Amino acid sequence: MSGARSDIVLTVEDLRVVLDPSGIEIDDGVSFVIHEGEVLGLVGESASGKTTAATSLLAYQRRGAKMAGGRIEIAGTDILSLSRPELRKVRGGLISYVPQDASASLNPALRIGDQLMEILNEHSFGSSHAERQARLVEMMDEVLLPSDRAFMRRYPHQLSGGQQQRVVIAMAMANRPKIIVLDEPTTALDVTTQAHVLETVRHLTSSYGVSALYVTHDLAVVSCLVDRIAIMYAGRLVEIGPRADLFTGAYHPYTRRLLAAIPDIHAVRPPRGIPGSAPRPGSRVAGCAFTPRCDCRIDKCATEFPPYTGPDADHQVCCWRWEEVGQGLPVIEGEELVFPTTRAEEPCRTVDTVVVDVREVTAFYQRKEVLHEVTTTLCEHRCLALVGESGSGKTTLARCIAGLHQFKIEGAIEFNGKTLARETRGRTSAERQAIQYIFQSPYSSLNPRKTIRQLLAQPIDIFFDLDRDGTEERMVRVLEQVALDTSLLSRYPEQLSGGERQRVAIARALVAEPSVLICDEVTSWLDVSVQAAIIELLVHLQSETGVSMLFVTHNLALIRSIAQEVAVMQDGRIVEHGVVDAVLDDPQAEYTRLLLGDTPTIPADCRI
Amino acid sequence: MPPLLKILFMRLGLGVLTLLLVSVVVFAATQALPGDAAKAILGKDSADTERYEALRKQLRLDRPLVEQYASWLGGVVRGDLGKSLVGAGANVTDLIGKRVVNSAILVLFAALVSIPISILLGSLSAIWRDSKFDNVVNIANLSLASLPEFVIGIIMVLVFATAVFKWLPSVSNVNSLMPLSGQMTLFVLPVITLALAVVPYVSRMLRASTVEVLESEYVMMARLKGVSEPRVLWHHALPNAIVPTIQVIAINIAWLAGGIVTVEYLFTFPGVGAGLVDAVANRDMPVVQALVLLMAAIYVLLNLMADIVTILISPRLRTGLR
Repeated sequence: MSGARSDIVLTVEDLRVVLDPSGIEIDDGVSFVIHEGEVLGLVGESASGKTTAATSLLAYQRRGAKMAGGRIEIAGTDILSLSRPELRKVRGGLISYVPQDASASLNPALRIGDQLMEILNEHSFGSSHAERQARLVEMMDEVLLPSDRAFMRRYPHQLSGGQQQRVVIAMAMANRPKIIVLDEPTTALDVTTQAHVLETVRHLTSSYGVSALYVTHDLAVVSCLVDRIAIMYAGRLVEIGPRADLFTGAYHPYTRRLLAAIPDIHAVRPPRGIPGSAPRPGSRVAGCAFTPRCDCRIDKCATEFPPYTGPDADHQVCCWRWEEVGQGLPVIEGEELVFPTTRAEEPCRTVDTVVVDVREVTAFYQRKEVLHEVTTTLCEHRCLALVGESGSGKTTLARCIAGLHQFKIEGAIEFNGKTLARETRGRTSAERQAIQYIFQSPYSSLNPRKTIRQLLAQPIDIFFDLDRDGTEERMVRVLEQVALDTSLLSRYPEQLSGGERQRVAIARALVAEPSVLICDEVTSWLDVSVQAAIIELLVHLQSETGVSMLFVTHNLALIRSIAQEVAVMQDGRIVEHGVVDAVLDDPQAEYTRLLLGDTPTIPADCRI
Repeated sequence: MPPLLKILFMRLGLGVLTLLLVSVVVFAATQALPGDAAKAILGKDSADTERYEALRKQLRLDRPLVEQYASWLGGVVRGDLGKSLVGAGANVTDLIGKRVVNSAILVLFAALVSIPISILLGSLSAIWRDSKFDNVVNIANLSLASLPEFVIGIIMVLVFATAVFKWLPSVSNVNSLMPLSGQMTLFVLPVITLALAVVPYVSRMLRASTVEVLESEYVMMARLKGVSEPRVLWHHALPNAIVPTIQVIAINIAWLAGGIVTVEYLFTFPGVGAGLVDAVANRDMPVVQALVLLMAAIYVLLNLMADIVTILISPRLRTGLR
């Protein structure tokens, strides 16, 4: 699947990785090449096998996985046939790795300088210590970090998230490798920091001619970084081609659905989620694994895996109906979604009833003031988006309203005209029931020792006097609302996918029949495809139940799809407040413009 | 004042408070026993009420309890632990001095043997997880941990001193008047017995924390940087894995100091443990009080040291002090 170019740096042929000892395939027959100075984006959802494929390039497998076949060649070296010492020279020398979570990947017990110097020492860079020292300074310059002694003597926890990620990138560049593998290096970062890191990667690859494999679940992130894109699903590449071709004329329904799931900041259309989730290794079906989620499936799809084909050698696809899809066969069934129908032309308070009134709230974290006289309102049947970077105070404000803030609060928070107590234990049962909170991580907000039934029954027991049948009936009704099967009731959270867990968390809030729903970054832990489905669900729920919503997020691109109003927060203050369309189309605050500029998005000529 | 010193002083203060509480408990416990010191000294003669009363007066046993406690504690602070009730009534300080030295040497040897072995076994079984080596070490550790140390001691004696081989002495009657170097063989069996009691705990703890650290992303990162396997282990993994193990090591050394009672008794080793057993048998209360207080002090001190070391070797805690 390569062009006729001769400057190939990396060749992957028929890579197969299996679970050990079960032999279940994680990656199955993955093949691609990367040319000199080229950046290839490897895109797929969780459990698609993309990270496994990425670490395979360094001949590394996590415990419980093993290479079952294939060939990997970097600059003429067959990686899989190397001895251990030879492999050591290749890792961090010829090819290097940038991990997803820099804070967990830097050793907490070692100083930054030592960890950076180590990679030069272990690979005997240059001929003298002085030369290595000089290279260290150069490396830090390349990623725009200081290289003075004081900085070098710091420990990882003394750096910010963005700095940690730069240190890791500097480390990867240390021995001037031929190719870098970047494994979702910005997923854990704010948009602004992400923009800086992407800029650094772009600069380094173009000025030093380094090739790169950039792994991500979000096509928007790589839209202005990569040269070519490979789409991965259930351990196989389903489409690979030049970036522009994939954005404007993808042949695989999955690629098109991934594009449709990206929230578009230019507001042409609301994002559409892909129902269900990518199958984990071991639960993949015969034939094309996307068949169960595909709206254009035909009988053949479920039994036979389509061969690689496509318009030319550079653009290859695995789909029986690729030509039809390329000619505009709709990949999404059902009617077009529209943006929230009750689009507000006027700000809250002017026409609607105020539900939550936040008046000059100043909040402290220990003794430090973190919110400074914040004033905002949430009206009936409306959704207010609270946007800002980490540390802006948006979650603190949400927690103050929910009664979860543990330190001093000045000012007043009113609910239906009555002042709320600071903590939940000071609030009435009716107040606690009316304000429900959905947490950021569905992985830690659900008690792993309780079944979904027990998790959902708890709020019902606390707030309502229902008998067994009544409780069961309400749980079933709410599960239907969040589009989950009732068979999940007896399962444990661990047995569910991330998207399903977040739906359970939403259901848990809904069984309390709240009038205010606080969603705290509820999609930031999810794949883009799942995020879009959750947003669809929340929009639908809001119009159906009329609940008022406070939607906390760092992603400006999301808010047009869900909110009528937005408050942009920076350093504990609201810097801009208004109707969504007005704020996004004509931002007044400098900070809002900055955030908008840093938010990744897809090209305007993208075709779904 | 540097923050570390501040913590040190605060913890020392708390340690002294702990010891004070222990002293109250020890004193109260010896009072609760039937009979008193005068009875213990006189033995059968205590039927003679006149002599008994005179002795009670002489020992100040007729004073209120609080006053007795205060004068005993005053003595302890001044380094005067009182007089033994047995024999010629020697100073407790002189009496237990030699025993403390003997036991200290024994504990030191046991620690020097068991800690490096634990670290080696723990880290190797973590690296070779689920291998034959790991399984063998695991089974051995569990069997050893489930046997009381005196049973291990008896097996040692049977195997190496009496029934099977006759390589080593079964009785370790160390003589403090002779040079230590000539008596090394006397230490072998008690040291091995103690080490076998400590190794399972420390090595299993280290194995668990090393396994966790080896799965961490920073170890994966080190490997993907091309760092050699020994360096990954010693430089990247162990400094992090050892942190939770420090506390376990401290508690085990403290246990060595207190738990050697049965082992010393078994080998008739003239240390504090055997001394404590004798003193209890003889109702020699001043000696019992002194030894128990000493053991408590060692516990407090070792835990304090473990906390300080933990702070010193974890950068996050150390830099957090500033």
